Amino acid sequence: MSRSLKKGPYIDSRLLSKVEVLNKTNKKQVIKTWARSCTIPPEFVGHTFAVHNGNKFIPVYIQEAMVGHKLGEFAPTRIFRGHPGLKTEAAV
Amino acid sequence: MARIAGVDLPKNKRSVIGLTYIYGIGRTTAQEILAKAGIDENKKVGSLTDEEVNKIRTILQTEYKTEGALRAETQMNIKRLMDIGAYRGLRHRKGLPVRGQRSRTNSRTRKGKRKTVAGKKKAIAKK
Repeated sequence: MSRSLKKGPYIDSRLLSKVEVLNKTNKKQVIKTWARSCTIPPEFVGHTFAVHNGNKFIPVYIQEAMVGHKLGEFAPTRIFRGHPGLKTEAAV
Repeated sequence: MARIAGVDLPKNKRSVIGLTYIYGIGRTTAQEILAKAGIDENKKVGSLTDEEVNKIRTILQTEYKTEGALRAETQMNIKRLMDIGAYRGLRHRKGLPVRGQRSRTNSRTRKGKRKTVAGKKKAIAKK
């Protein structure tokens, strides 16, 4: 089920305030965050976020086309290294 | 012969059904179109007059996206997901289910025909 329109998109308020400070001072800085469920608003475009994937922080540079998606969509949580027992296929 | 949007429609079917042969037109849309054109749904495609066919054609062209244009749009949407590196795009790239379905078993529609992998024992023996 999708989120109620009344509430608007979920945007982590702390993250947004951090970005607004950066926008005001015209600075670019990588922001570490765990807020994977945060929707990307237009203000985030051009910034880089280090999104936690449960293990480490994945740098995500926000492009225009990413608006409306969530931060977590760009930091995969699983790595598929091939099936066990298949030694011929080199582990990627 | 009714040729609409680059598709030949079957002559001996009811026009609601005949219209669904066009990519992007389902039963509901077909009903809408015929209602707008003021044509009886039960009229066979073969017995539609040229005037009626033209009416349908203009409605299709002005109000609906069908065939090539629609396919292109879908492809563009998928390409966008792949280009921005979203999870859904990655799944499209790998040809795996996109919406969180299980892939341990089933999901043959996305994965295609079964590719049997040589048994474990053999693999160990080779090594």
